[in-house]
Parts: sequence; structure tokens; C-alpha cells
Amino acid sequence: MEQDTIKLYTFLIYSENVPGLLSQISAVFTRRQVNIESLNVCASSTPGVHKYTITAYCNEHTAQMLAAQTEKRIEVLQANYYTDEDIFINETSLYKVCTSAMLGNGEVNRLVRLYDARIIEVNSTYAVIEKTGDTKDIIGLYDELKKLDCVLQFVRSGRICITKSRTEHLDEYLAAREAERVMKAIK
Amino acid sequence: MAEKITGAEALMRALEHEGVDVLFGYPGGSIMPTYDALYDHKNTLNHVLVRHEQGAVHAAQGYARVSGKVGCAIVTSGPGATNTVTGIADAMIDSTPLVVICGQVGVAMLGTDAFQEVDVVGITSPISKWSYQIRRPEDVAWAVARAFYIAKSGRPGPVVLDFAKNAQTGTVEFEPATVDFIRSYNPEREVDLADIMCAAKMINDSVKPFALVGQGVELGNACPELLEFLEKADIPCGTTFLGLSAIPSDHRLNMGILGMHGNLGPNVMTNQCDLLIAIGMRFDDRVTGNLATYAKQAKIIHFDIDPAEFNKNVQVDLKVLGNCKETLAAVTKQIEATQHSAWIDGFKPYAEKEYNKVIDKALHPAEGPLLMGEVIRRVSEAAHNKGIMVTDVGQNQLMACRYFKFTQNRSVVTSGGLGTMGFGLPAAIGATFGAPDRAVCLFVGDGGFQMTIQELGTIMEQGAPVKIVLLNNNFLGNVRQWQEMFFSHRYSFTPMNNPDYELIAQGYGIPTKTVVEREDLDAAIQEMLSTPGPYLLQCAIKEEDNVLPMTPPGANVDEMLLEV
Repeated sequence: MEQDTIKLYTFLIYSENVPGLLSQISAVFTRRQVNIESLNVCASSTPGVHKYTITAYCNEHTAQMLAAQTEKRIEVLQANYYTDEDIFINETSLYKVCTSAMLGNGEVNRLVRLYDARIIEVNSTYAVIEKTGDTKDIIGLYDELKKLDCVLQFVRSGRICITKSRTEHLDEYLAAREAERVMKAIK
Repeated sequence: MAEKITGAEALMRALEHEGVDVLFGYPGGSIMPTYDALYDHKNTLNHVLVRHEQGAVHAAQGYARVSGKVGCAIVTSGPGATNTVTGIADAMIDSTPLVVICGQVGVAMLGTDAFQEVDVVGITSPISKWSYQIRRPEDVAWAVARAFYIAKSGRPGPVVLDFAKNAQTGTVEFEPATVDFIRSYNPEREVDLADIMCAAKMINDSVKPFALVGQGVELGNACPELLEFLEKADIPCGTTFLGLSAIPSDHRLNMGILGMHGNLGPNVMTNQCDLLIAIGMRFDDRVTGNLATYAKQAKIIHFDIDPAEFNKNVQVDLKVLGNCKETLAAVTKQIEATQHSAWIDGFKPYAEKEYNKVIDKALHPAEGPLLMGEVIRRVSEAAHNKGIMVTDVGQNQLMACRYFKFTQNRSVVTSGGLGTMGFGLPAAIGATFGAPDRAVCLFVGDGGFQMTIQELGTIMEQGAPVKIVLLNNNFLGNVRQWQEMFFSHRYSFTPMNNPDYELIAQGYGIPTKTVVEREDLDAAIQEMLSTPGPYLLQCAIKEEDNVLPMTPPGANVDEMLLEV
């Protein structure tokens, strides 16, 4: 059954900017025994509104429940879930590599070009490579560099994404709520 | 310039502004400035001193359930606050509107492991509708207004205000606030007419419709709308425990109780109807039994105010979002007046079978020790079936729900979702404040009674007219029943060595009597009900009796055992 298929879902959650909400949201996932794969929280393009981008493996029914329970928290404006087909995805990563290994072996430079990464710092001890893209490519570059035994540190950000939808649900929601507020005030 | 008052005084005025008339509480270090302010508001804010903070919250729950208003509890920080946790969780799962105010250390001390400091917001966030720390006196008016709005609107629930000491002692120019809109919180959506039309069509097309009535009907003040709906389309219904008093027990369309210890007819017919109409209920596992076989033959419509309830446990064919006061009224307009006589008659053989095998024996035993069922029914009838039923948890609760009868709304106070033993006694105290003109009958077992027995002190001090019916079987009866049925009669720590409850009642100055013989029962009940103020009636109940019928855990809803 489609509903039971485990997939990576991306949850986009918009909230008011209040303290303590992150633990409330993560508690919703914990309670349903769903492990958060990645998490990105920052101010959204709407002033005062925070955006959470959370990825997790679960079935669709669980994804529905997670979104509904999250949206139930008082300060959450909207919570929706998406599959990778519904969104443009990006992720960024940093690789700290030995300068000597990089200079002594043209392979590092070849990989940087192959994976469309860029070098953002070089000094006598280490170099820092930056790559943005999808998880698969980022991990791919890491695996290749690892084979060369030159990686000192590696970090990747949580996923960020933008929906492919042609309507902006949050804007519509906020406009509708503002209209309701005005109507209520007039009454 | 307006007068400056302390945050504590601001809290008093904000509570008065919200119409609070009674507070259940217990003072302590971090809430002392607030208690000092309360001293000057004794005429408007009736503070009931409980004997343990858990009691304060349960009392506030009892008050809220019977009155329909927001219950209010006030306690100190640290242990005072953690003692409220059970009640908050109970109110959350049973959708009871509460505002719980906890003292907290001053903000300068927060996070330092100060004396009686605990992370109240962290602890209560997952078990409350909203939990907020008031850190400045300027926030009092806003936070209180917001707390009451959130607690009572939409699907009601408990709200926690963690009141830092410096916010209590600091001063502010107070202006009462009113909150009736929060951008990120949409408690009652507009009714979707397309859903209403679709529901009406499904109901009109149905030959064997069956409605499930939950507490949402009473919470939405939709009892008249429910009756109109059911009567117009001649739809039989079953109720959950919390929905028991949403429709009179003897109403022709009320087929009885749903779930594990409910009635045979409604459970069997759940799996025979062609349309299941769930109204303000949440398909709890105690109601549904095995989900894999639950009402698979039927189309399902779910009326609820909380969108997160849809498809949570049971996949439904149609969701009708909104307050059932509006949605039911709208659907009633669209449905055809009809009769389902043959379908309704189909419930009768099951009712007769259950009566002959279970109910008659429970109500009219010829001999042997007293049974819970007969005691409960006689108390109910002696109170002209107009009393408020408060229960603890366990066999006393299941039997009370089965055998107490209801003719008035808001007459059920029981811990349905959390199943909190010790809930009954303090909740009954609260109920006497929420409905001072009604008979409040508490049914409690010897186990749960001792979990909050200290509240007899509150009853003594307040003269709270709680009619305590102690159904004493010298066992933790429900666990014992499960041990008998599912654990080979191994009574692991369920026999109780009980104290002399009459002596205990006497210690608190509460009139008391013990009934052992059946012939003494009626007179004792009359004496209890006619004695002004509180009363403890201890009934010596058959020790190893079982609550039947029963759907064993995980079994199909229509597989009820009528005997063990």
C-alpha cells in the first residue's frame, strides 16, 4: 500500500518567532518515533515568521500526522510535507583537506572541478572546499576525498528547499488570517 | 499617569477580568507575592486550599467539566509545579479547559538550579495546549488573556502560566487585555458547505446509519443540535464514556456505551452499520478495539473541531471540520426526515441478551455480597437521575459509567483518556463548586481513594457536599480482573489491606456509614443524600467480581465476552 511506503519527506513549517518552539516541534517527531534526518531553522522571507525545514523517513500516514500535530502547536502557522518531486532542494557542505595532499596529488583538484565545488581558503596547512548541491553529490565528493586520505573535517548543512507550487500557501494563509482579524475587530 | 501595581496584583485583576470566581491552590515560596495579593481579593476570588497540588488541578478539572467554564489552579514552583503534571496531562487528553498558574524563581535565578526551580515550560509543553513563562509584569495582562482564550476556544485544553517571582513583585500600569484572535491559531474554521452537502447525501443514502457521540458534543454546547440531528433522520447512537450525558440515557435512540466495557448492541452494530457518523470523538483504542476489523463494512463520516484527529486512528471517508454545534445544525437542515425502525429494532436482541446475561444479575442479585452495579443504580435513582457522576478509575469507573443514568448535560466527570487513579475525590470537590445546586456523587474504589485521600481535609474545611460512595472490594479490582482473565489468576500485588475508612472519615468530621447487607442499602443512600454537606458511604462489595461485558484488549469490537 502506498501509504505504508517509507520515504524521505521534507516538512516545511512556518511559525511565529517565539522561543521554545523547536523543542515542541521536535517532541512531535520523537513521540511518533520518527528520527529527524536534518533540520534547518531560520527567519523566513516574511518578517517575524520563522521557517523550519525538517527531513525524516516515514510513511505518508505518519507524515500527515506529524504535519497535523505540528500545526496544532499554538504558534505554528503552517506545517506541510513534501516528497523530493515537489520541491527544489539544496544543501551545502564544507571539506577541510590537507594542503600537502592537495598539492601533491592533482586528483583533489580534479574532483573539485568534477563535482562543481570551489576552494574558498588555502593556507600552508589546509584548504577548505565548499560544495552545494544535493545530498548524493555531497556525500559522493566526500567519499572520493576520503579515499585520498586527506579530509581533516567534513560538515554538511541541513536541507533547504523551495516548493515547486505556483501558489504561495503561507502568503495566502496570512492574508486570509489578516482579513479575519480585521473582520473580527470591526464586529 | 495610571496607578502602578505589582504583577501579582495585576494577575488578580486579570483573573477577575476573565470572570474567574474560584481558584484551587496551594501556596509556597515562589508564589508568595501572588498569595499576598490574593489576600485582598478574597471576596471575588474564592481560593480553595487543597491538600496537595495534584488535587488542585483535578478539582479545577471537575469544576470545568460541570460548569463549562475554565478551571483555575495556582501553585508554587518546583515540586508544587511538578505535582500538577498528572492533572495537566489528564486535562490535555480529555480536552478540559484549565489555566494552571505556577510560581517560578526570578529570571535572574533561572537556569542556576535555584531552590525549587524546575523547567516548567519544558516539562509541560508536550502535555498542555500552551505553556508560557511570564518574565515581566508588563506581560501579565496579555498572557492571562491569551491563556484563557486558548484554554477555552476550539478544542479546549490546559494552559500553563509559569510566573517568575520578579514578574510578581515588579510594578506595572495595568490595563486588562482581551484576546480573541491569534494569527497562528485558528480554533474554529468556517463550515465547508461542500462537506455538509456530501455528509447529508451519505446520510440520506444510508439504510443502517449509526452515530458515535463523544464529549465534543457537550464541549461545543451542541446537545440540542445533536438530538435534532438524530431524531430527524432517526439515527441510533452509542456514546463514549465522556459523551455519556450528551444525550439522556433513556432516549429512544441512545443504544448505550461504546467500547471495551460498553454495551453489546452498539459494539456489535458498529461492525454491521453501513454508515458510521463519529461526532466529537477520537476513536480511542478503548472504543475501537482491533482497528484492522473496525467498521470495515461502513462508510465513515467524522465531525470534529480538531483537524489533527482526522484519520489519526481510523481512516474516514468524509471529514467535517468545525464546531459540531454548527456542523450538525447545517447537516440537519439538509437531511431527509426518515425512519430506520427495522435497523433500530436490530439492536434489541443484543440489549436483551446483555440484560439477561449481565445487567439483571448486576442490578438485582438475589443473594451474596453487594455488587457495584446495584449500588450505583440505586444512588443514581435516589438522586432522580439528575446527579453528577464523578468517578475514580478502575472497576468503580466502568460500573458507574454503565449503571448511572443521565437526564442532564455536563453530568460526567471521569478520567477517560489518562485513566488517573486518585482523580475522583478532588474532581468531585471541584464539581461541587462548578455546580453547587446539584448532587455530586463520587464512586471510588479503595485503591484510588487512598491516592488522594488527603483531600478529605479540603472537603472538611470547605464543607464541600461530596457524596462519596466507596466501593470497597479490598482489591485493586480492575487489575485483579485482568490478572484473573489474562494472567492465570496470579494476583500480583492487587489485594489491599485497608484501613478503617469510617475512622478516617470521623477524623475529618465527615458523616459516614458502612453498608454490608443489601437490605440496608436504600436507607443508607437516602441518609447520605439527605445529610447536608459531605458524606462517606462505604459499601462492602463482592471481592472478586468482574466488569462485563468486555472486549478483551486487541480483540474485534464485536467480540464481547458476556461471561468469563
